[in-house]
Amino acid sequence: MSEASPAKAYTLHLGVIALLFVLSFLLPEYYHGLLARIMVLAVFAMGYNMLFGYVGLLSLGHAMFFAAGLYGAGLAVIQLGWSVPLAFLGGVACGAVLALVIGLLALRTTGVAFMIVTMMFAQVFYLLILYFATWTGGDQGMVVPQPARVLSLGATSLELTNPTVRYMTALGLFSIVLLITSAIVRSRYGRVLVAIRENEERTKMLGYDTFSNKLAAVVVSGTICAASGAAYALLFGYVGSSFASVQYSILPLLWVLLGGAATTLGPLIGTLFMYYVIDITSGYTSAYLLIVGIALILLVLFFPKGILGSIRQRWLGWLP
Amino acid sequence: MMPLLTTKGLSRNFGGLRAVDGVDFALMPGEIRAVIGPNGAGKTTFVSLVSGRIQPSSGMIVFDGADITGLPAYIRVRQGIAYTFQITSVFANLSAYDNVALPVQRTLSDGRSKGAVRTGVMAALERTGLADRAHMPAGQLSYGHQRLLEVAMGLALKPRLLILDEPTQGLADSEIDNFITLVREIAKNATVLLIEHNMPVVMQLADRITVFNAGKILAEDTPEAIRENAAVQEAYLGTAP
Repeated sequence: MSEASPAKAYTLHLGVIALLFVLSFLLPEYYHGLLARIMVLAVFAMGYNMLFGYVGLLSLGHAMFFAAGLYGAGLAVIQLGWSVPLAFLGGVACGAVLALVIGLLALRTTGVAFMIVTMMFAQVFYLLILYFATWTGGDQGMVVPQPARVLSLGATSLELTNPTVRYMTALGLFSIVLLITSAIVRSRYGRVLVAIRENEERTKMLGYDTFSNKLAAVVVSGTICAASGAAYALLFGYVGSSFASVQYSILPLLWVLLGGAATTLGPLIGTLFMYYVIDITSGYTSAYLLIVGIALILLVLFFPKGILGSIRQRWLGWLP
Repeated sequence: MMPLLTTKGLSRNFGGLRAVDGVDFALMPGEIRAVIGPNGAGKTTFVSLVSGRIQPSSGMIVFDGADITGLPAYIRVRQGIAYTFQITSVFANLSAYDNVALPVQRTLSDGRSKGAVRTGVMAALERTGLADRAHMPAGQLSYGHQRLLEVAMGLALKPRLLILDEPTQGLADSEIDNFITLVREIAKNATVLLIEHNMPVVMQLADRITVFNAGKILAEDTPEAIRENAAVQEAYLGTAP
């Protein structure tokens, strides 16, 4: 945000990307696959953080943007036979258009009403997926056939089912989105977004059209979430309506809260943390959700700013 | 000379209360105008109508020859009407630098160069004497400095009309002297509309004074004439001297 220490922030981001790259060669197979999935879902969380962390708009309907990307890309491959890159762009475009329309309507409200309106739109989207079961596969979902999940680059073709290709594609998407979001929040536009979060009335009186700025933020956020959904469909081959359910609107909120809202790396840390807590505790007991719940309550009680938010507050003020 | 700001029959009701009641007002360019009046006289409501923070019940506002009655606040700001808040509302969690950067980056004609923002911000901070506190979070500044930061933000908008709503409230005497110098300097390039309770400040700064009472303009004249005005004394002090 401030002018201070951009170099440190870039070094940190590049360091995290390099670490994730190296981990690809060190992790055992199971964790390798899990981390690929986590990176894709962390993109979802980064998109959510854009709106919730920086603009302070709490949406409970972001599953629809993820699902717009998921179904946009999935249906493009399955029903239209599009190639992987086109299908990805198609999914992203679906999310961007949906975010523009939803933003225009939902931003007429604020606060609790905004939460409810976004949640209702997401429910409509979810029910539409079930209603048009002929094309969407309803609650069964669809499998993107393996032969279609091939990325052709000239003479070489990369199979997205190959674990290394999948991991590297996920890392590529994660890195691009991380660098884009950190550039946005350091930019002048990012400064305006934070100003809106802190005091919208005052921001208006500095001559800013806060509605347009918020609308742009909804579109950026929705587009990033759709990119995550589109990548998920193409990399993991499953397009299901559960991804459009309310649970997937609440999950990114939890990931961001855990990792630290309005921190660039918080979404990754939160997603990672949640997955590993579930993974470890489910090895010991079938009541693992109970332990996850207790962990969440403790974190919110003692670290209300999330993991990275607390670290920034107590020790590392420069943390992006 | 054409007035910079004119209002015709400007009114605003809150329920049954006529907070501003048919006000006809004109402000010449380059003027420092003070608006005084007892609490609840409608001063803040009046300037809120001018700045667009609230909409009038009836009447018309003309700025620089154009009717601005229906324009949203942010467009009025872009046309040159800046408002500094009575209750300090700087962005407490942002640094003083970022607080001023927000208005500076919007008013820059070449929106690209990073150096231009820095130059503009530091110029506004230096004029208000806050340059050495640029990187402190605004919420940690002393109250007086927060008031000055508020003025710096108003200045950075490069306004043609700067509305200051009780700017000296809570300032120490030494800070008030600096403030008077600052407003005189601002008035070289801008018209100033000042709501103020501190009468010595008003008497020193104002070219003319408008007195509000019960939502209406009670009197409007030079500081000397207002000082001698019996009706004003009655409204303001409750008794004739």
